[in-house]
Amino acid sequence: MADSTQRAAGATLEIRGLTVAVDDKEILTGVDLTIRAGETHAIMGPNGSGKSTLAYAIAGHPKYTVTGGTVTLDGEDVLAMAVDERARAGVFLAMQYPVEVPGVSVSNFLRSAATAIRGEAPKLRLWVKEQKEAMGRLKMDPAFAERNVNEGFSGGEKKRHEILQLELLQPKIAVLDETDSGLDVDALRVVSEGVNRVRESGRTGVLLITHYTRILNYIRPDFVHVFVGGRIVDEGGAELADELEANGYTKYDGAGVPAGGRELPRGPVAPGAVTTA
Amino acid sequence: MASGPAPEPAVGVETDSGAQTAMGAALATERAALKETGGITDGAVAVGVTPSTPRRPAGGSPADVRPERVRSTDPDVFGAPTGREEEWRFTPLDRLRVLLDGAPSDAHLSVDSELPEGVELVEVPSDSLDVPAPVDRLSALALQRAGSALVVRVPKALEVEAPVVLRLTGTGLDQVVWGHVVVDVAEQARATVVLEHSGSAHYAANVSVLVGDGAALQLVQVQGWADDAVHGAHVASRLGRDARLVSTAVTLGGDLVRLNETVEFTGTGGEVELRGVSFADGGQHLEARLLVDHSVPDCRSNVLYKSALHGDEAHTVWVGDVLIRAAATGTDTYELNRNLLLSPEARADSVPNLEIETGEIAGAGHASATGRFDDEQLFYLQSRGIPAEVARRMVVRGFFADVVEDLGVRELEERLMATIEAELEGAFA
Ligand SMILES: Nc1ncnc2c1ncn2[C@@H]1O[C@H](COP(=O)(O)OP(=O)(O)OP(=O)(O)O)[C@@H](O)[C@H]1O
Ligand SMILES: [Mg+2]
Repeated sequence: MADSTQRAAGATLEIRGLTVAVDDKEILTGVDLTIRAGETHAIMGPNGSGKSTLAYAIAGHPKYTVTGGTVTLDGEDVLAMAVDERARAGVFLAMQYPVEVPGVSVSNFLRSAATAIRGEAPKLRLWVKEQKEAMGRLKMDPAFAERNVNEGFSGGEKKRHEILQLELLQPKIAVLDETDSGLDVDALRVVSEGVNRVRESGRTGVLLITHYTRILNYIRPDFVHVFVGGRIVDEGGAELADELEANGYTKYDGAGVPAGGRELPRGPVAPGAVTTA
Repeated sequence: MASGPAPEPAVGVETDSGAQTAMGAALATERAALKETGGITDGAVAVGVTPSTPRRPAGGSPADVRPERVRSTDPDVFGAPTGREEEWRFTPLDRLRVLLDGAPSDAHLSVDSELPEGVELVEVPSDSLDVPAPVDRLSALALQRAGSALVVRVPKALEVEAPVVLRLTGTGLDQVVWGHVVVDVAEQARATVVLEHSGSAHYAANVSVLVGDGAALQLVQVQGWADDAVHGAHVASRLGRDARLVSTAVTLGGDLVRLNETVEFTGTGGEVELRGVSFADGGQHLEARLLVDHSVPDCRSNVLYKSALHGDEAHTVWVGDVLIRAAATGTDTYELNRNLLLSPEARADSVPNLEIETGEIAGAGHASATGRFDDEQLFYLQSRGIPAEVARRMVVRGFFADVVEDLGVRELEERLMATIEAELEGAFA
């Protein structure tokens, strides 16, 4: 966990009472979460509970409509920022399903991103070296640099490519949406090491969405949040993950919002969980 | 001159798939992309995607699906277009009228050339040439009025690495320019020929492309006209046995550009790649009409045309006809047209049409997709900090990349990409 010096230097993402709808269907029902630089938070929850929705809403995907609540980064209103402004402010999302961009090479893409995030184009020679080394650390074949972004990449290769970006862009807040899904044992280790290198700087707060404790053995979370029905229904330390893996989410049944209607919450309730649309 | 054997009862096939062999990698990727987005439309709206030919009613009487294709050197055989004809229905004839009126003129485009060692450039009377016949009134007029032809000749078995470049520059709109360019690559020869148009002109022309037995030609035609140019042309290619042609039309400038491209095979084993890239902005009408006529066995054709459109009254038309005659067994053909609408006022018409007269083919398919920006791609790029307008430029650049970055002339590829980027910068300013 971050010590006080890092905390003073590092960023804080604050999510308060966040409600989000997709196509008029309310998916997030009131999320409260604070992530500080140097901290690692894991979110676990059943399929369809809204984890990716939270990730996309933070990044500003146009499909998701924020209907209430706030998201701030060091006090700045993230929700008022365009997608690219959020990224330049320090928010990064490693996507569950990274997008293919035909005709745009990985190297062009990475350099364009680095240019945008750093505010100036990195010197070409230094950049080539930086990119090559970063790819080497993630055991990516240099040939990927010339391929089109995510086009024809295997599931695991796409995830590596996401973490490559994480390392190169050094965000303040990194949301990793199921980066571990679909990775073989070796890839999981390589990718986890990449995430840990970024964590070690102490300048990045990590929100790690996962279904499995497997990755949490490599990336020890400071906090584990249980996500059901569009909000956080329980919190604990790393040990909560093991309990969830053993027992599933049945103990939280009914804590969320069933499809087609809204219920008053039962069980553990996070503040701000009850909102009106 | 008639079009050869009258088509047997033909079937208009509308499909976006078909048995495939030997597809270009670019095309394979395109097809995968199309599959993922569900075939005919990707992104959002399909505009003007209608079959050119009514499908034959099941069990109906056999009938030609389109009027017989007439070819003649005599303009009067065709009659003056009214705009109701299938081949003229998309064209704003008022803007083409200056050419269709057929006023005689001896105006010329200025010609500048780069000729690698061994390549000849000569002027000869058109009637001394054996070239494919015109397909419409405009091309017949152009052949007659031009009188002579500029011939680029690559002699037998000569292999030239450096591109042959012909720069044709219009110097004004006072008079119509009637032109005829012949690219004659003799048997076993190999060359890259770039034909670049620029400046202001009212230009009607025939481009006759002759690729001899076993020869290979990479042909690039650039329409980089000034905003007021009007250009109508028939680009007629004839391939010998085992000949290979990669022909790319890049159309960026001009008020109206209408290219009629035909391909015929005279021997087995011929292979043609017809590619096109166009960027239409406000008020431009850019039209490409293709006919690949498979009349001999075992030839292949691949068509890949892409347009991006931006602005009020920006209009592109792509009509891709592929005819597989009864004798053309073993034919392998695929055609794809993709259009990217960058603003709601733009309009792309896309009409693929396959007529197949034999069942014994290796493959035949076509697809057409007209869509808007892929929001997911834009989101992905922007989520990495890339500003929206830069992201849009990257996506459009990527859209064109597989065609433009495969011209085989590095300097030209870079220059064309830069021109496209400049157009984009204008479009998104
Ligand atoms: N356009 C839409 N219309 C209606 N519901 C939608 C739409 N898009 C997403 N949803 C629903 O939103 C809910 C939350 O989806 P989300 O992807 O956030 O879940 P998740 O927790 O990430 O699940 P997983 O663990 O499977 O990745 C799902 O029930 C999903 O079906
Ligand atoms: Mg998800």
